[in-house]
Amino acid sequence: MAKKKTIRTIPQERTPMPEQDARERARNFKEVACGYTLENAMREADRCLQCADEPCVRGCPVGIDIPAFIQKITEKHFHGAYDVITDTNLLPAVCGRVCPQENQCEGVCTVGDSLEPVAIGRLERFVGDMAIREGWVNLPYIEPSGFRVGIVGSGPAGMACAADMAKAGCDVVVYEAFHEPGGVLKYGIPDFRLPNEVIDVEIDKLKQLGVRFECNTLVGRLFTVEQMLTEMGYHAVFIGTGAGYPSFMGIPGESLNGVLSANELLTRCNLMRARDFPKYDTPLQPGRRVAVIGAGNTAMDALRVSLRLGAEKVTCVYRRSKAEAPARAEEIHHAGEEGVLFHWLTSPVELLGDDRKRVRGMRCQKMELGEPDASGRRRPVPVPGSEFEFECDSVVYAIGTNANPILGQTSKLKLNKRGYIDTDDSLATSIAGVYAGGDIVTGAATVIEAMGAGRNAARAMKAYLGLRDTAVVFEPEAPWQGRRFGIALGEHGYARLRVV
Amino acid sequence: MTPDRGSAFEIVAREDYSDVTYMLEIRHPMMAKAAKAGQFVIVMEHEHGERIPLTLADFDPAKGTITLVIQAVGKTTREMQQNCRVGTFLHAVVGPMGIPSHIGSAKKVMCVGGGLGVAPVFPQARAYARSGAAVYGVLGFRNRDVMFWEDHFRSVCDEVVVCTDDGSAGIKGLVTKGMEQVLAAHPDIDEVIAIGPPIMMKACAEVTRPRGIKTVVSLNPVMVDGTGMCGGCRVKIGEGIKFACVDGPDFDAHQVDFDDLMARLGRFKPTEQEALKKWEESCRMGGAEVGPADRE
Repeated sequence: MAKKKTIRTIPQERTPMPEQDARERARNFKEVACGYTLENAMREADRCLQCADEPCVRGCPVGIDIPAFIQKITEKHFHGAYDVITDTNLLPAVCGRVCPQENQCEGVCTVGDSLEPVAIGRLERFVGDMAIREGWVNLPYIEPSGFRVGIVGSGPAGMACAADMAKAGCDVVVYEAFHEPGGVLKYGIPDFRLPNEVIDVEIDKLKQLGVRFECNTLVGRLFTVEQMLTEMGYHAVFIGTGAGYPSFMGIPGESLNGVLSANELLTRCNLMRARDFPKYDTPLQPGRRVAVIGAGNTAMDALRVSLRLGAEKVTCVYRRSKAEAPARAEEIHHAGEEGVLFHWLTSPVELLGDDRKRVRGMRCQKMELGEPDASGRRRPVPVPGSEFEFECDSVVYAIGTNANPILGQTSKLKLNKRGYIDTDDSLATSIAGVYAGGDIVTGAATVIEAMGAGRNAARAMKAYLGLRDTAVVFEPEAPWQGRRFGIALGEHGYARLRVV
Repeated sequence: MTPDRGSAFEIVAREDYSDVTYMLEIRHPMMAKAAKAGQFVIVMEHEHGERIPLTLADFDPAKGTITLVIQAVGKTTREMQQNCRVGTFLHAVVGPMGIPSHIGSAKKVMCVGGGLGVAPVFPQARAYARSGAAVYGVLGFRNRDVMFWEDHFRSVCDEVVVCTDDGSAGIKGLVTKGMEQVLAAHPDIDEVIAIGPPIMMKACAEVTRPRGIKTVVSLNPVMVDGTGMCGGCRVKIGEGIKFACVDGPDFDAHQVDFDDLMARLGRFKPTEQEALKKWEESCRMGGAEVGPADRE
């Protein structure tokens, strides 16, 4: 054993992420962050103190044993690191890229108290990418339980739930309305943040667990949730359809051509590959001067996609200040580096059109911050007489989404007053056997929160089906040291109905 | 890319109604069972294709098929006209989408179809006939040669009026003339359903507005996913904004802002024309007439 590390002996500076040059990357769809090299990863792993109270594990929505996997990296036992992560997280290459670690594991890291926190996300991605390159798959031994589980939506919540239910021996079918599985990971998050190949690898892993994907299936309309439980013979159903009904502001000019939601821009560009028009047929009229309203992660994606589609000037319009912007600091920083302009404390009041009903500009007013509102953020108040106009030929709305109405229209599921699905603490809905999680329950949130919800729902579904959490059954001093076939015995034992 | 190959959608029948209009019958037993009048599907011809919304023209639960009637106007619909033969497969067909038409308690209903709109109004005419209502069909075509489905309507309607632009069949004039004729004979019509190009639906709304007859139109704006996610299909209904894919596609004709709809249908016109031109060059077939960017 090496001598005990202290805050003074570890490398003081956080290892920087190798990145594509800002000017170059703003014109291509290749990944911005290239990923740690072996040396980078070894050095950064060395910064972890292996502290006793492990705040990072509690900070992780799925509870990855972070110190353990980092320890494996320092030992150059990378497959071991992968085993540790995949005990709780099926998608390290995805989460390492898109989790807001600064608010989760890295936000509470002990090293972060005095230095910059350990780059946990980057290390996770390093392990995930290596697993993809090397073709590692941890396939558990699965005992069929005889239960059938239907999952509505193939995004992060559905994928996480599918993985857990498949490991518990259930026959799992995932339904997706689009022609490809992946949900928001495919249509929403652009390739330069999360390449589609990475998602496809993760989906293939689910298929190897026995999960089946049925695309081109709009649940609610092709068959209802109730029919899944009755005619189709599913013993439990999980709903992870996402929020998906973009908001507009209701100001004049929103139906002008050239005004669209970030969802539409991103879907056309990412999933439908309009950026490769005319090789792909989906059209997209990219603007030369694009204004994006909102400052969340989706807004940053829309801004940076617009740049890569060839826009000359891309402006972010947000009614609060940079400090209140919901996007990750890293995303705002990247966008700024690539040449995005920011109009903070600015709110659009009207979109201006030309005689051909195309948008030609935006009238805005300046705002100032007043008293804190219900969200705890200071409420923006208009500054009288501060109106100004600027020219743009495309306006993208990225101000959030409302609840998608399809399942509410077609089932007896109880909805809350905002139209999202009402669940109890275990994510059970008003219909017995039907669980829901992710954005369709909480409203728009992050990929990892959706995955966490998918796993929590899976836990409740296993309890509902009587698939006992046998982690309590296995003696800790079992001769196999708690692991077999790459998974923890607790997890493995879900399939076994054993009573203490 | 890992699209699931198990879900191929076979074309089991095809009929050409004119040099631009063709009918495809697609095997999809589940959808044939689930579909109701007024709903639509989204079709992708091949892996690189675009997703186009098409209103269901028919569905047969016994045969397990759905029917689409398509007009070759843009690149995708022309390519489909060329490639979609019996025994070939479509890459993606998803549906039925949208809220089914409300088949109410109306006793006398007029179903108006213009051009390609004749096809999607048929399921509604049939549904009303089955509900016991008296159904009056008004079908508009450019001329005799492009007519189709008159027999379908005769089998479910109490009366059928055919209108052609040149008078080569039925009465000479637009569907509004046919509507006036039916309304003169039956002033007590409870409800009108009109499907066709936006300009036609707008004109139909103006025929019934002064008479105060409830009128329903089916809108088919540009959309991507058809599940409410992209918001591309938003339409102005009265003072509000609705998404045609999940709040429609049927709306009260007297509330629809048709000018807004028509402007928005031209959103991608330059790109669409570029695609069509490139495709025509690649097929060396040029010279064909370029229609409006109407999706149907």
